[in-house]
Amino acid sequence: MKVGIVSYGAYVPRYRITPEEIGKVWGVDGKSMSKGLMINCKSVPSPDEDTITIAVEAARNMMKRCEANPKDIGAIYVGSESHPYAVKPSGTIVAEAIEASPHLTVADFEFACKAGTAAIQTCMGMVGSGMVKYGVAIGADTSQGAPGDALEYSASAGGAAFLIGSEKLIATLNSTYSYTTDTPDFWRREGEMYPRHGGRFTGEPAYFKHIISGAKGLMEKTRTTPKDYTYAVFHQPNGKFPTRVAKMLGFSDVQVKTGLLAPIIGNTYSGAVPLGLSAILDEAKPGDRIFAVAYGSGAGSDAFDITVTPEMESYPRHKAPTVKELNNNLKFLDYATYAKFRGKIHLGSE
Amino acid sequence: MRRVAVIGIGDTEFGELWDESFRDIGIQAGLAAVADANISADKIDALYVGNMSAGRFIDQEHIGALIADYSGLARDHIPATRVEAAGASGGLALRQGFLAVASGLHDIVAVGGAEKMMDVSDIESAMIQSSATDQEWETILGATFPALHALIARRHMHEYGTTREQLADVAVKNHKNGSLNPKAQFQREITRETVLGSPLVSSPLRVFDCAPSSDGAAAVVLCPLEEAKKYTETPVEIIGTGQASDTLSLHHRKDICTMEATKVAAKRAFDMAHLTAKDVDLAEVHDNYTISEILAIEDLGFFKKGEGGKATEGGLTALNAEISVNTSGGLKARGDPIGATGLAQAVEIVTQLRGKADKRQVKDAEVGLAHNVGGTGATVVVHLFRRV
Repeated sequence: MKVGIVSYGAYVPRYRITPEEIGKVWGVDGKSMSKGLMINCKSVPSPDEDTITIAVEAARNMMKRCEANPKDIGAIYVGSESHPYAVKPSGTIVAEAIEASPHLTVADFEFACKAGTAAIQTCMGMVGSGMVKYGVAIGADTSQGAPGDALEYSASAGGAAFLIGSEKLIATLNSTYSYTTDTPDFWRREGEMYPRHGGRFTGEPAYFKHIISGAKGLMEKTRTTPKDYTYAVFHQPNGKFPTRVAKMLGFSDVQVKTGLLAPIIGNTYSGAVPLGLSAILDEAKPGDRIFAVAYGSGAGSDAFDITVTPEMESYPRHKAPTVKELNNNLKFLDYATYAKFRGKIHLGSE
Repeated sequence: MRRVAVIGIGDTEFGELWDESFRDIGIQAGLAAVADANISADKIDALYVGNMSAGRFIDQEHIGALIADYSGLARDHIPATRVEAAGASGGLALRQGFLAVASGLHDIVAVGGAEKMMDVSDIESAMIQSSATDQEWETILGATFPALHALIARRHMHEYGTTREQLADVAVKNHKNGSLNPKAQFQREITRETVLGSPLVSSPLRVFDCAPSSDGAAAVVLCPLEEAKKYTETPVEIIGTGQASDTLSLHHRKDICTMEATKVAAKRAFDMAHLTAKDVDLAEVHDNYTISEILAIEDLGFFKKGEGGKATEGGLTALNAEISVNTSGGLKARGDPIGATGLAQAVEIVTQLRGKADKRQVKDAEVGLAHNVGGTGATVVVHLFRRV
């Protein structure tokens, strides 16, 4: 049975802040930070937005573009590292919001920045085995960066949802491969407000090793080379890492350009590859082949080989905003407003 | 006193060696030096290891025994000694090895230096490096290692008109040399603009004025000169060694633009070798900051006080110019795994004097100098080497 994407939807908050604005507060040269990270601005959730509202927006956009009966959805998995509740699922609210309740299974996933793609893989299994007709996989985050930490310049918000099924596929999920080790490069312990990281250890032995191993593993499994793909998208904690890893693997700037969103929205963590993939699906044509590799700290990578089908021709992409459209009508914040939005201001009485 | 020669050299790559432990790199460099010396390890009579702060970087003390053990030398129960003098640990270990052979106590001595710096956070690393200065009077008040060097730079600019661009030229030259050294941590050339546009660390010093943190190890094997030809066709003699100390804190110095310990250590080494600065063809100097190289080339006597900046700007310290300074890339581009640095300098000088430095070879190199500094100049070790 062929398994793939029946529909998709994305959501990114409209607020933005620039590295220059953040750097001003911390006495850091924001311009060189911006250049070094290849991030011009990052998205910021408004006070009323969290991972659940982002997941709901993305899921609603996904449902707007298809005629699938929400009651046929047998599973919803929300991958995030910023679930608003430590105990109580995000997914149940999404299920109610898209009217998929109550005859389905729901769970929240966490694997740092790749919980969303892990959700896609789980749905592939459930649809492929016939357990469910449709599964919904969502990657969404309102990621945290401690004030003044390097992460504050990149940690942003956004997400995307995918309806996984076996009929009326706009793209087939041809193959997936994961590469996982215990590599503690980035973590947040129970009760801690902000994650901690191993500085430069997050680069070479973590991000690069796992993405490259995941990518090579998938290309070996599918007997493909970078030339076989129209598009490629990699996890993007900043603009620099995915650009470099693409070059190391032999992908060109043209292949990577469409899915590279970090320069305009920052690092959306679990939302990163799902959003990059959405941006690609926004413009892809039948026959286009997409290479996607997500990375999650801790650490692992999920790689996907995806082909766009002729079904895409009649798929009503216009019924929900494209990623490009989500980047119109922006509102830039100063640091004070940003700090308020992100709950970084604590009053004495609290 | 017996004359002493270097008969073997070995080193690792310098950089972020995530997959290798302290003992891994220590052994790699040691084995390479032993192989290069054409000896079997059981010939080694004694071992000296330069290391600044394994206790804080990797929670491991007792480094002498560790390296002896993992080199397979512990079963022979050879004396194994750790030597510490902050950034000068490696050079000082070399001096101990030299003294051991020169005195006649030991014949074949292995000297290694190693540091594993990348396993702690950036802030922890900065604090550990600052422990080379006076904790009670400097570090505790916020005067970190780069801040103290920034003070030196400011004063040098004030006293002698040294310019920001001239500081940058030190980094540009050393990166250029590093681009010719396959073992260097940074092998890309940079421009003045790269340095001047890099983030500020402590005014006037920017990121590209500072040597990096590195993992790495380097080692040499020494023996009496008269026996050296038994092992190698290209022995290199250590013709001079000088060590000097100075006040631990910068503010107790008469003049922060001069490292007195460099002057004294150099004089001792030159006197021992019956040479002067004019006789030196190439020098590896302790450029942990760009300003440090300017001070070094003045205090070692290559240029008059206050003219180091101009000399660098004028290209006089470039490869095969008036004196080739930091042909390896120096601490700036070759990397600076603290305890290994003094030995890496020796490895570069020996490579050059053997005529094996390939694209960065100094023509007709006869005499080389290694200058290794601990703290802001409280310990300095200078060695002079000559082709045999």
